[in-house]
Amino acid sequence: MRCVKKDERTRVGFTLNGRAVSGDAESRMLLTDFLRYVIGATGTHVGCEHGICGCCTVLIDGAAVRGCLTLAVQAEGRTVTTVEALASSDGTLNALQRAFQEHHALQCGFCTPGILMSFTDYLARNPHPTEDDIREVLGGHLCRCTGYAGIVAAVLAVSGGSPNETSRSQS
Amino acid sequence: MKPRRFDYLRPDSADEAVAVLAEYGEAASVLAGGQSLMAMLNLRLAEPAVLIDISRLAELDYVRIAGDKVEVGAAVTQSRLKSWPELAGKLPLLAAALPFVGHFQTRNKGTVCGSIAHADPSSELPLALATLGGEVVLQSRRGTRVLGASEFQRGMLTTAREPDELITAVCFPIQATKRVAFQEVARRHGDFAIIAVAACVESDNAVQVGVGGVADRPAVRRAVIDGTAAAREMFESLARELESYDDIHASVRLRRDLLRRVGPVVVEEALRCAA
Repeated sequence: MRCVKKDERTRVGFTLNGRAVSGDAESRMLLTDFLRYVIGATGTHVGCEHGICGCCTVLIDGAAVRGCLTLAVQAEGRTVTTVEALASSDGTLNALQRAFQEHHALQCGFCTPGILMSFTDYLARNPHPTEDDIREVLGGHLCRCTGYAGIVAAVLAVSGGSPNETSRSQS
Repeated sequence: MKPRRFDYLRPDSADEAVAVLAEYGEAASVLAGGQSLMAMLNLRLAEPAVLIDISRLAELDYVRIAGDKVEVGAAVTQSRLKSWPELAGKLPLLAAALPFVGHFQTRNKGTVCGSIAHADPSSELPLALATLGGEVVLQSRRGTRVLGASEFQRGMLTTAREPDELITAVCFPIQATKRVAFQEVARRHGDFAIIAVAACVESDNAVQVGVGGVADRPAVRRAVIDGTAAAREMFESLARELESYDDIHASVRLRRDLLRRVGPVVVEEALRCAA
């Protein structure tokens, strides 16, 4: 049985974006804080810290989940993928990121890492979503500056989908 | 915010989980998907001294048909049940309700049993379990108990689980009908339901109706509904009878009004489904 006492720090290791990482964490440390403050991977953002806003969304074993509702120790031995994995090492954006840029799907960018990770998982499972599907996935995120039309347009563009006939999106 | 300090235990088997639960009892919380509990820890609404993580127990990660029931183990995520190939055939109400449970991102981690254990009055899974007359399997050192949904859920966030008991599974009776409907009203798709209505049409237009979000636990009624007037009458009496509550999302009056308007629409949708 894995046991971490409350006043103890323990070594936590997992695969982050294809590379083994490890660091010390208390039992109560959230995965988001471990990524940002222990590993130094600050691409994952923290908004509400109770699972509502979606800024902290990362992939664990390929599935999009809330980083803030996961303990660092729960990620032990898992494969964690964050927004840092999307662009290639020379900084070239991937197709989804490029579509976000082309369709003005971000302004301040605070919510963007989480949204990109949600659609990275979703599009891997459903490469050709409808606009309604996209809006449903986007329902798990809050964006407080551009609104959502540009994001829907970007995901439609990258997945080759067409908007709803009665779409409210005006991008 | 951040959680208060706690001892973290990750047992290697359900037996070991039951043993540590027997040791720590009320001081412990069981962590499965954590989509409610982790938020409560972060907000310090829950301050357990010990956290027992069962999310990796492979022996609790199963969906299986057991006689006339579908049994869902305590480590099964909502997303896994949603993509179970037999779901639409065996449990059409669950197939209709699961898309309303949280968001894509929270269903990937949140568990079916965890949502039922949390017993939020506006949650869809406790409502589906109550509407279908399902059961909760509780295991402790003292033995195994099986409680019906209505015995299990006692009130708002309150269940009959004893502090030393682990919910190992929930069982949904396999549905004989495909005529089901589920709808809810929420501020944003995936948010907590202000009201939720489930309807399953059985033989001779006998309709099993479940209502969530209005009272402190799901309310279930069964009646023969042969037309719009009968459906309206049923929801009129439910709206009058159910003890409701005000919160930040809606007043008692709004909840009752929504129930009167949405309820009959859901029943009619179920009645329109092909047998």
